Amino acid sequence: MTAMTPTPYRVVTRHAETHDTVTLTLEPCDAAIAPVRPGQFTLLYAFGVGEAPISVSGTGPLLDQTVRDVGAVSHALTVAGPGQMIGVRGPLGVGWGIEETTGRDVVLAAGGIGLAPLRSALLYALEHRASYGDITLLVGARTPGDLLYAAEMADWRGRGVRVEVTVDRAHSGWDGQVGLITTLVSHLDAAPDAVAFVCGPEIMMRLTARELLARGIDDVRISLERNMRCGIGWCGHCQLGPWLLCRDGPVVPYRDAAPLLSVREL
Amino acid sequence: MPWILDGLADLHGALRADGYTVIGPTYRDGAIVLAELASADDLPYGWGVTLEPGGYRTRRREDDAAFAHSAGPQSWKPFLHPPRVKLWEGRRTEDGGFSIETEEETPPRYAFLGVRPCDLRAIGVLDHVMIGGAHPDEAYGARRTGAFIIAVNCTEPGETCFCASMGTGPRADTGYDLVLTELIGEGRFLAEVGTGAGAALLDRIPREEADEAVTEGALAEVAAAADRMGREMPEPEGLRDLLAGSLDAARWDDVASRCLTCGNCTMVCPTCFCTTVEDVTDLTGEHAERRQRWDSCFDLDFSHLPGGSVRTSGKSRYRQWLTHKLGTWHDQFGSSGCVGCGRCIVWCPVGIDLTEEVAALREEQEERRD
Repeated sequence: MTAMTPTPYRVVTRHAETHDTVTLTLEPCDAAIAPVRPGQFTLLYAFGVGEAPISVSGTGPLLDQTVRDVGAVSHALTVAGPGQMIGVRGPLGVGWGIEETTGRDVVLAAGGIGLAPLRSALLYALEHRASYGDITLLVGARTPGDLLYAAEMADWRGRGVRVEVTVDRAHSGWDGQVGLITTLVSHLDAAPDAVAFVCGPEIMMRLTARELLARGIDDVRISLERNMRCGIGWCGHCQLGPWLLCRDGPVVPYRDAAPLLSVREL
Repeated sequence: MPWILDGLADLHGALRADGYTVIGPTYRDGAIVLAELASADDLPYGWGVTLEPGGYRTRRREDDAAFAHSAGPQSWKPFLHPPRVKLWEGRRTEDGGFSIETEEETPPRYAFLGVRPCDLRAIGVLDHVMIGGAHPDEAYGARRTGAFIIAVNCTEPGETCFCASMGTGPRADTGYDLVLTELIGEGRFLAEVGTGAGAALLDRIPREEADEAVTEGALAEVAAAADRMGREMPEPEGLRDLLAGSLDAARWDDVASRCLTCGNCTMVCPTCFCTTVEDVTDLTGEHAERRQRWDSCFDLDFSHLPGGSVRTSGKSRYRQWLTHKLGTWHDQFGSSGCVGCGRCIVWCPVGIDLTEEVAALREEQEERRD
């Protein structure tokens, strides 16, 4: 048993979120991994296929992990049904740090699959509702059919979260907003000392963070993606400038990341 | 107290008697390589090297010096951090799950005979990466802890050496059990003790006390070697800031027009540690293995993401390598990743010289400032 050995888990439920994305709920076969903080990730292993870094989307001892089918490993994970064994290594990386931002408004801004790591922060805040100010969730998706956790949004609204959704392309029957997530940010009503957590494609995070800064919110944290082979600082693949993102990230302060993200192919 | 050893046969014999696999330089296939030394006779007596960017040739010396050659194609990295390692084996179980077994390997007990000061520092740098963090690589740790290190101060720096400017040589400071200085032409070695284990080993072999004049003479030769380095790293203390401020330098296009992105520099570098993880199965799909093997930031797939690789251009990959080695290594691991051994210059097929690249980046920065 080393840091490179997966811990066996079993799929309890498999919930199809969209045409290419599923949420697996995993339970340990024997021993569990250490408790996961919101924003941390695991490496999920499909037997004989390989490992992929997947963020943890819930707060419980069972692991909610939302996987989008984009390659061989993620495909094997998305087709895993109840009872199937999955290897888990983690928890890895630093999280959002929401545990330390009590007393403040919370803004969560998600693009596409970027909602997956934010869901854990949102659920954490709801479990400690009295400790936080206003909670706002801004979600951008390509189409209404690409929205994750659509069935849960009513519940979140009911528990006092302001949820705003926009899509790039609507179909008939969509009565929500159409356009960029930055438009949602420009109508944001949050105190300047709010903390903002942003996850999505890099361009979306940059534009969203800039808009948040323009709205006077300075504490913007983003969750970055880079190739990860080990998750524990051995392999060197996830470097971005001074960071090993598996160790120093994936969540980093936007103000530190901004000069790095503006350099092509860094 | 320094001692004089008449040859290294007794030292080698004592190490073997203690069960060590003795690794050191030896002449093979036109190069000085690191391999197991069956006896002290296997050392490359009388061989020197001629180095240049993109060039390495051994040459016969007029004396029978054992350590009058500078860094060869290998460093000690392959012994401590092997190019390929099997991490575990898995097999399908009857209930459709799988089980994973890690082999309990007995780590080799290496004695490294002839570690140059640059390479000694490189081992220290590698230690920090591999076992200095929150997730130490235990297999590396076992290999490393068991190793007995005999350094050799450098009196014959090569044309591509720049350890003096990186502050890593030509004299070894710490990190050895014993350190030797060869008295070239005499077949004798000055031996100084670094650890209790080193002292205990010396106690068991024939030796003479070194008189002050011999010791001073030998160490003066080592000090003089600092002035005979073929290369110099310009202003090494400012490298972190230089690289961080040069991400959009025009020089990257220039070096990219020469760089073949072959990754040789990363393979020969004594501190380049990057690996990839390979998960494989046999044809039945019932057995799986996880392996770790060396990887290079020059490989196009190194930065692969589902949307495509982050660093596709050769320019961005060379920039990643040099910026990491000389700059962001400080942020990640608290030191430079470069020890001045010069291997990346010698083994680059087109002779790219990082000291030249740094000088050009510095010049470009100064021009921009003016």
